[in-house]
Order: sequence, then C-alpha cells, then structure tokens
Amino acid sequence: MPATPVLPKLVGQRVKRREDPRLIQGRGTYVDDLKIVGMQHMAFKRSDIAHGRIQSIDVSAAQAMEGVEAVFTGKQIAEFVAPMPIGTPFPSPDHRALATDVVRYAGEPVALVVASDRYIARDAADAIVVSYDPLPVVVDPELAMTGKPTVIHEKFANNLAVPLVPSGTGCTPDGSVRDDTAVDRAFAQAELVITQRMVNQRLVPNAMEPRGVVAHYEQGKDYLTIWSSTQNPHILRSMIAGMLGMGEHQVRAVAPEVGGGFGAKINIYGEEYVAAAVSKRLGMPVKWIEDRAEAFVATTHGRDIIGYVELAAKRDGTVLGLKMRLIADIGAYNMLLTAAIPTLTMLMASATYDIPAIRTTLTEVFTNKTPTDAYRGAGRPEATYFVERAMDMLARELNMDPADVRRKNFIKADKFPFQTQMGAVYDSGDYAKALDAALLHSKWDELKKERDAAQAQGRLVGLGLSMYVEVCGIGPSATLPTGGWEHANITVERDGRITATTGASPHGQGNETTFAQMVADQFGVAFDDVTVLHGDTAVVKQGIGTFGSRSQAVGGTALHMASTKVKKKMAAFAASLLEASEDDLVFENGTIGVKGSPAASLKFQAVAAFAYIPVPLPRGLDEPGLSADAYFEPPNNTYPFGCHISMLEIDRETGEPTLLKLVAVDDAGHLINPLIVEGQIHGGLAQGIGQAMIEEAVFNEDGQLVTGSFMDYALPRATDFPHFELHSTVTPTPVNPLGAKGVGEAGTLGSTPSIVSAAVDALSGFGVKHIDMMLRPEKLWRIIHGQAPRQSSGQGPRPGSGQGGVA
Amino acid sequence: MGPERPRVRARDMMTQLSIKVNGRLRKAQVEPRTLLVHFLREQLNLTGTHVGCDTSQCGACTVLVDGRSAKSCTMFAVQVDGSDVTTIEGLAKDGQLHPLQNGFWEEHGLQCGYCTPGMIMAGVNLLGENPNPNEREIREGLSGNFCRCTGYQHIVNAVQNAAGRR
Repeated sequence: MPATPVLPKLVGQRVKRREDPRLIQGRGTYVDDLKIVGMQHMAFKRSDIAHGRIQSIDVSAAQAMEGVEAVFTGKQIAEFVAPMPIGTPFPSPDHRALATDVVRYAGEPVALVVASDRYIARDAADAIVVSYDPLPVVVDPELAMTGKPTVIHEKFANNLAVPLVPSGTGCTPDGSVRDDTAVDRAFAQAELVITQRMVNQRLVPNAMEPRGVVAHYEQGKDYLTIWSSTQNPHILRSMIAGMLGMGEHQVRAVAPEVGGGFGAKINIYGEEYVAAAVSKRLGMPVKWIEDRAEAFVATTHGRDIIGYVELAAKRDGTVLGLKMRLIADIGAYNMLLTAAIPTLTMLMASATYDIPAIRTTLTEVFTNKTPTDAYRGAGRPEATYFVERAMDMLARELNMDPADVRRKNFIKADKFPFQTQMGAVYDSGDYAKALDAALLHSKWDELKKERDAAQAQGRLVGLGLSMYVEVCGIGPSATLPTGGWEHANITVERDGRITATTGASPHGQGNETTFAQMVADQFGVAFDDVTVLHGDTAVVKQGIGTFGSRSQAVGGTALHMASTKVKKKMAAFAASLLEASEDDLVFENGTIGVKGSPAASLKFQAVAAFAYIPVPLPRGLDEPGLSADAYFEPPNNTYPFGCHISMLEIDRETGEPTLLKLVAVDDAGHLINPLIVEGQIHGGLAQGIGQAMIEEAVFNEDGQLVTGSFMDYALPRATDFPHFELHSTVTPTPVNPLGAKGVGEAGTLGSTPSIVSAAVDALSGFGVKHIDMMLRPEKLWRIIHGQAPRQSSGQGPRPGSGQGGVA
Repeated sequence: MGPERPRVRARDMMTQLSIKVNGRLRKAQVEPRTLLVHFLREQLNLTGTHVGCDTSQCGACTVLVDGRSAKSCTMFAVQVDGSDVTTIEGLAKDGQLHPLQNGFWEEHGLQCGYCTPGMIMAGVNLLGENPNPNEREIREGLSGNFCRCTGYQHIVNAVQNAAGRR
C-alpha cells in the first residue's frame, strides 16, 4: 500500500505569499530605505522647456551652499560617462545621460548636484540657473513627420526614427515587400471595408515606488555595488560595467524590494549610469531618489501609437484582409527597447483570427516628449485594440453579434501550432472555448436583454466584447537583445534545506512563493524548507529579468530543470544507501523511499548529509554535493489568450461613463498559484480599464505635460472599478514542461477594447462608430448632445483620415 | 550670476520635538521644514512608511496621528509635536499581526508592497469609523490611497476579512 501523503501537493494551490509578512509590517527594504556611512544625495536640475539650446548654466550659487559636495553640468558628465546605449538594431541619435547642448523634452536633466542630504541637494539644484535659446516644439507625430516646425535630431530627416518598415503577407523578414498581390486581391474581393484611424494614447506607467538608485564604489577593492529599483539587475550590471569600463566581475547589481515596474523599470536610465560614475569619481556612496513630479516626465511613458486600420470582409463576416499603418510617437530619444515595442504591435496584427492577407507598416517618430518604452503589454494591447475595435465595427456594420463575427474568423483549435501572416507561430489555443466560457459566465444573452431594456428606458447602456492573444514568455534568444533564456540554481544544503536562485527578479509577482511551491513538490519536502533568492547578481549568477510575462514560463522552467538535475544526483546517493534502483525511488513527505517497499526509506536530510560526506562516493558519481545550474531557453514564445466582456453606462446629462461589469476569461495554461494569478489579472485589468476610461498623458503645444501630477493624471482609485468576475480555461503550452504561459500583461489587452466597444454600443443611437480613448465625459457628452468634438493636437478626427468610414 | 540667497544655515534653527511614536516617547532636534515622513524614515529609521508622490494624493505615507489617518508627506514633523503617532511598524502587538495585516496576507491584498503600509493604516482608520463596511464603503474609504498593482479587489477582500466578513 502506498504511504498516505502527509505534505500537501502545492502546485495549483492558493498558497499565501511568503513575501507578505515583511511587507505588511513595513520591514521590506526598498532602495530609499538603504543607508551607507558617508552616503551623499544626488538631485538633478531638469529642463523646464521642451526644446532649446543651452546658452549658459550658472552653478555658482549651488556650489557655494554648505553641504554641497559637487555640481556637474551635462558637458562635465559627458567627459566621463559614455553616450547612452540602446538595445535595438535601429539607428539612434546621440543621447547623453544629461543634455550637453540641446534639450529635447521638458524634464531632460541638464545638471546634477551631490550633497550631504536630500534637502540641500534639492535646494542646490533649484539654485542652478540655466538659460536657453528656445527652439520650435513639436508634439504631434503626424506633424513631426513632415519635418515641421522643427527637426529634433539633425541626422534624422522629418523626425523619422524608423522611416517605414513593412511587415506581413508578401514581406521578407528584412522589411522589403516581395509580393503585394495577396493583400491587394483581398481588398479587391471585399464586399465591405472598415476604415478607421485610432489613437492608442500615451500613458504614464506610475509604479507606486518611483525610481531610485544607490551606487557605492569601493576604491580599495575596485568594485562597484549598485542597488536600483529595476526589473532586471543582471542587465543593469552588464550595462553599468560597460559604461564604466569595468569588468562584469567588478560590478554587483541588486534589485532589493522593487515597488512595481510595469515595464518602465526594464530600461537602464541615465540616472543609474551617472550615479555609478559619480560614486566612482568622488569615491563616495551616492543615492538618488526620484520624486513623483520627476517620475512623470523622466521615467519612460507607454503606448502612443496611431493606427490607420482597414479591414476587408465579406458580408457574411469573413475577414479577407487587414491593413494597418502604424505611427508611433516615441518621444525625444530612443531608450533601451523603445524602437522595438511597436514592432510587437505588427507581430500581433492577426490577433485570434485566421486572416489570409495582412499588411502592416510602421513609422516611428521623434517628438519633444518624454521617451516611450515598455509599459505593461508593450505593443500587444495596441494590436489588440486596433484589431478588436475594427472587428467590432465590422459586427456593427453587418448587424451581427460581436461574438459571432469573431467566432467566424477564429484560428481553429486543431490548427495549432499556427503561423500567422505576421510570422508569429502561436503555440496553442482554443479561442472558441474561451469565448464560450465568457458568454456563459457573463450570461451574454441576458446581458443583451438587460441592455435593450435599459436603452428602451432611455438609459445609455452598452456591451462590449473583446478577444485577445498576446505574445509572452519571451525567448528564444533571437527575440531579445539580452538573450531569451533564464537561469536558476538549486542547492540542497547539508541539512536537507533547499536554496533556489532565480534570474527572474520579481517586483510584486510573488516568485518567492510560486517557485518554492514548485521546488517543494518536486523534492517532496515542506514549503518552509525551500528558500528562493533573487535580485542580487552576487547571489544569482546569471539572469535576464522579469518582463513580458516571462518569469513563470521561462524562469520557472529553468528552476524546474535545475531541480530535475539535482534530484537525479540525489537519487544516485539515495539508491546506493538503499541498495535500490534510482528509477524505483519516491521523493515524498521529506523522505526518499523505494516504490512498493514502505519499510525501505531514508530521511531526505540524511541523504543530503551523505551527499556532502560520501564515504564511499557511490559508483557512477564523479563528485560529492547537491547543486546544479540550469539555463532554459524556450523554443518559442507563449501565446496566452482570453475574452473580456464589459457593460458600461453613460450618464446622459454629464457624459460620465460608469463601468458596471467586467467579466474576464483568461487562458494562461497551467497555473502554479491561482491566488497570485488572480492578482496579476486584476492588476492588468485595472491598467487596461484605466487606459480606456481615465488615463492619458496630455501635452500642450509647448511640450509641457499638463497631466504631470496625480492631481491631473487620473490614476485609478478603488472607486473606479466594479467587482471583477474572473474565469479561466486551461490550454497548456507545449513550449515548456510546465505548460505555463504567463499572465502578467493579459488584463491590459482585452479589457480596453471591450470597454470602448461598450461605450460605442451605448451611444450607437447617436450614429457614432468609434470613440478614441480615454472616454472623457466631455467627449461623450458632445456625442450625446450633437456637438462636434474640439480639435486638439494629435487626437480626434482630422480631414482625410478616413475616420469612421465604411467603404 | 545666480540670485542672492539668504545664508541662514538650517542647523542654526533646529527645533526641539517630543513625539510618542509607536508607544515610545521620542525627543529630537529637527529643521522646521522637516516633513513628518522624513523624520520617521531618516531620524527614527522607521522606513515602513513610504513616499509615493510628495503631494498627498497617493497615500503611501499614511500614518495615524492621535488615532486618525494622516498623510505624513505633507505634514511637518513639528506639527505633530506632543502627539501620538502610529506607523506600520507599531501595528502588530506582542508578535500578533493586526487583523488588517492578517487580512492583507490572507487575501493577497498586496503585490509589490509599496502602497501597503499606507493602505493598511488607511484601513485601520476606516474600520475605526465603520467596523462593518460594505464593498462600496470600503472602496470609498480607501479612495485616498493608490495601488497600481492589485486593481483593489483583493484589498477590498482584505478589509472585509479584517472586519470578519470573509
């Protein structure tokens, strides 16, 4: 009789997070909580204009202040800090950590103070006087593309960072068009074409912890330690070493507790390079903590892509072809991954549909705004939004149920793996299953009746439905400039406790818990006997980081592989002690036993102890010890998917929208900890709903961010959301042995178009076909009350854009 | 040339403070402009109280001053002279988590944890005023505190848990 398991199997359970006891008691250590004897504080003087030539910088008043250690201008910093590197293959203009001659966005740093405390540093930075010769400012990317009224970087004519990259049917991977005929044919055969210009507006990521860095160069050791609020300490280490001309073996990077990232803490920023370089130059530890006003302008923004979308279809709802012309406003400079983000919008243009002919083109444009880079979803929410809104417009035009038009065009479940016209190879999927689950759980038919009844009473209630599929679990190495793998180590210590290290450095994802669940199950030991370490390059030998919903699919798999290696070796030690075959061993309940022989069993701890004092070393083993590294590079990305349904009501008198209901069905493959997965989905939904309804980075024509504080930028509050209803389907991925796909970004994909479609549905009686985000009450009120929207830069309809048209 | 600045040294105008923090009387010298949050974090090393926005919108810096929630990033330390301040570090008693701390743990009410201390302190204030709030009342009661990670639903559950409703 098999022994009754005493230890519960943990994978798949709603295990409470082990990170929490420290965080709920205020005992976590974030960057700003670090103190080092002799530590100085840095503050930056930033440009308050969006474009201008620096005429002079007067630092005398700052320098004279008591407590000021040093003041550096951009020119002085450039003498010992190399130009900012980027991680994409696109050409990039010269970019310095601090501006030297010309400032190109409001918030760009121009000088730096190092002082004995943060108040003095701030006072001194404020006392620096910079005079500028103003240059014309451009904030509208479609104007900037004409080269008017200014060219931001001399060598980039018409402000084109990436002039025009075509992709899709008949295109070669190097971006040349081999054959246009399939797309032309699709549009020639179309019985109707949906045409719409859509704006996926700029957002401010706004992690609750602003950025921060502490750099400590130890002269006697020629060794630098840098603590930073980053999503990827190993990448930080490589970049800092490269910028300082040090070896990677001389730099240790630590991500302590990180208070949220959402993509904006992937980039390695000028402030990090400068802190490291200044610490080395002055021989002193330095700290820089971003304040919120700085974070709004100096931390990368997200989205900001205009899509000209054309969808060719037959009157039965069959989609024949798609054209998508993308214009990405990337702001003033290329950051680490800036130029690559909109390419993901192209990659995902097929969405969940079997579209036979697709042509996308991408143009990236410099403007006098904060640079963009990854923000939760990074390119995929934009693709989802453009395609799903177009599908909704098609359904509306054909008077079809939005679910039916989608179902008609799905990639069928038996066609996976499926290569889209964009070159993406979707690993696995069953889109109809997710749609059916969403229709069932939302009670779609009843919702429609409810909506109709409300509309009949004169209430403006609408329903929206959106599918999504995203690319995540990022690897293999061809897809990332850093390499697309993750690293892990497992060590069974002499006392039988297990130390796991992972390069997937979390910032709220709960990896310490989920990874411990997996390892405990794999070795049949107690959860509390497993420690997961991360975020320190001196402890975790190698790593890539946490972004692109990859930590479980890639990092979790690396850990699984390292565990497998150690377990195999441990089995060899146990087999020799038990005089049994390795294949007959069972690891459970803190013991290693022999299948079918309940009496023959050893304590896990005893086998661990033997492995470190193996007298004699069992035959077949070359060395003592129980430790193994693993690198996992997946053969492909993963493609999680789902369906989100929204119900929205708009107040006829004020135009104010209220989200009444949100039902989400998500399929992320196998789940390790459903409680944590729910948290990830909730957070994603909140950001997707925020984009649809209340968030927008608005610049005025002078290039000033007018939504530059929490008074003006509507970060969602608890009162902005209904109670979310979550459901799941499970379609495992074949690209990793866990079958896990990744779930961090999913919530930002489906929710956004479903809400906008619900708003259009609510206002369909007013003849509106599309509404650009965010759903500002004024905009909705004008639709209700028949007043044309006000023109504003970069947004709203414009002549000749084909907006709202059906040909 | 930069503008002429007054050359008053901050340390020449230090002010004496006497505050009870987490049950212990603390006497200190502070610059008059020292914010309460910096006094707690830098001088008392109580780094559980966080700064998220400097302008009192986000609530990460929420503490209790004489039993009422207050945003310590927009108060001077001298304003609480003679008061009784409770920070997140003072919430657990005799090794026992406060019901709200326990609720946040049970219900996965946090992810990155940065807003959490302020959110919990705001929750203490809320349950002090309304021991049995419904979901709407919880959402309203916490609307002065931002969380970017959770979408608030598990935070609502956490407060309900602490109130004995889950």
